[in-house]
Amino acid sequence: MTSNMVVQFIARRTVASIILLVVVMSAVFVADRNIGDPARMVLGDTGTEEDLLELRLRMGLEDPWLVQYGRFLAGMATFNFGETFRYGISKPFAHGGLPESRETLPIALDRLPATFVLTSVTIALSVLIALPLGIWAAVRPRTLGDRLVNVLSLAGVSIVEYWFALILILLFAVRLDWLPTSGYGTAAHVILPALALSLRPIGRITQIVRSAMLDEIAKPYVTAARGRGIPLSRIAAIHALKNASIPIVTTIGDETINVITGVIIIETVFGWPGIGALTVDALKIRDVPLIEATIFLLVLMVLCINLIVDLLYAVLNPRVKLG
Amino acid sequence: MAAEVAAGEERQARISGRDLVRALMREPMALLAVLFLFCLALAALFADWIAPYDPLMPNIFSGRLPPLSEAKGMTGDIQFHILGTDALGRDMLTRLLYGAQASVSVGVIAVAASGTIGTVLGLIAGYYGGRIETFIMRTVDGVMAVPSLLVALFVLFLIGGGLFNMILIFTFVRWVVYARLARGITLSYRESSFVEAARAIGARDSRIIFRHILPNMISPLLVLATLEVALLILAEAGLSFLGFGLQPPAPSWGLMVARGREYLREAWWMITFPGLAIFLTTLSLNLLANWLRTITDPLQRWRWLI
Repeated sequence: MTSNMVVQFIARRTVASIILLVVVMSAVFVADRNIGDPARMVLGDTGTEEDLLELRLRMGLEDPWLVQYGRFLAGMATFNFGETFRYGISKPFAHGGLPESRETLPIALDRLPATFVLTSVTIALSVLIALPLGIWAAVRPRTLGDRLVNVLSLAGVSIVEYWFALILILLFAVRLDWLPTSGYGTAAHVILPALALSLRPIGRITQIVRSAMLDEIAKPYVTAARGRGIPLSRIAAIHALKNASIPIVTTIGDETINVITGVIIIETVFGWPGIGALTVDALKIRDVPLIEATIFLLVLMVLCINLIVDLLYAVLNPRVKLG
Repeated sequence: MAAEVAAGEERQARISGRDLVRALMREPMALLAVLFLFCLALAALFADWIAPYDPLMPNIFSGRLPPLSEAKGMTGDIQFHILGTDALGRDMLTRLLYGAQASVSVGVIAVAASGTIGTVLGLIAGYYGGRIETFIMRTVDGVMAVPSLLVALFVLFLIGGGLFNMILIFTFVRWVVYARLARGITLSYRESSFVEAARAIGARDSRIIFRHILPNMISPLLVLATLEVALLILAEAGLSFLGFGLQPPAPSWGLMVARGREYLREAWWMITFPGLAIFLTTLSLNLLANWLRTITDPLQRWRWLI
């Protein structure tokens, strides 16, 4: 695999991701134009016809839809989805004047660090627990320990995150008063949400590590190494793990994406100021520009992770054809 | 001779009901899962008959009663609440049973619909190849690249929640997983000798696809469908919890957790039981899928046949 091929591969995948992003966001654009008049939503029952018209002009709703769509696409390229008249506006409408407005982009970008922290802590925690657990189970197949790990990891996969989160809050925040119920800022705040989010990735990654390692351990080179007296756990942790890394990396990537969708619910439960909670807020108040901005950022993050996983996959497996 | 061998393989390949029961007896966890799912299916089907009280009618005499308490009903009779009552005095057990109805119908109907559509499209893509395959698989890649939960959330926001809309959107986002599986398996059989043979004696394409290729993918499809039911039951509950799925006063497990959240400090039973119901259901489905995968894998069959 030459570096030239890698560059071509990245370029092709990037173009495909951008096309998909444009298709998805165009669907969002069309859909958003059919949920009612955004200007009317801002004004509510108040405001005269002149106010409405002025606001519609300000929001660009009086332009032909093709012009609006062009502006939308240009906005996507510059990450700018216009101004919101609803989110975080204390005085939505003063009679006779136009409502206040805020740019959506800073609102959405402000939320990214919190989501990034939560997602990274969750995934790091999951990998740190799942990797040793899966290897430990794989080197003693069909024993009681292996069965236990199997059932526990299935329980992790089946967890109802937000319910588990509430149970955690009830236990550790309300009853024991060890940790804060919600909020953001200190390390103590991240423990409960990360714990709630990490059980599913732990379960999935453990399962995939276990099965990939089982396949790998059955190979002749492992038997040969064992014949020379090297302990199985050592072979597993050093040689087999490296060869089994492809499905494991792919699964970690998939789970990162799942966590990014998982934060939509968990951030809402914990009052975590991330992009997920913002998305729910934007949908609940039907704030069109903010909905577009948050969905755009979420889809963009997911596509980027997909791209990274594809790339790692190609790097890890020399047999893969970069097609 | 060859025919005898083939007949012998045929006998081995068939799994009889008795073999299944025997295999199930060896796996206590799988057995428990199947029993739980069986009870759940009965509860969902016969909720109207077995539920002790009305799932929707509020009762001012029995708000937020802990499990195992008695209260006066609206008509003056004495009601016994095994699992307690919710904020509006409705019996938790009754609402859990009706919640099972919602979860099971969303899960099963959406999986049946998406599974059928996805499998057929995957078979077509794999069998015919060419431009039709490119079109179908590009669509699959596109739908797969965007997280299902996000799409479902946005579409339900647009068209409103409710049982039918949820089934609709789940079908739309999940058919792709079956299409990918069906196409992959079809590709591996397309050039095989039994398909060649069927073609040689003049079998029509539809016959080859549905009578010769499809039966070879029933087991993996079954495993996938079981996992998908679990996934969709979780998704239904999650979206309802957020307020975008089933709408109150409908009895949905996710909604019950959401309502219970408001009384987290005072009434632990209001979130514990519905959450446990969702968890046990998905756990059972995952255990079942795990077990199905083992017994339908020819390489591992020796483990339970001997």
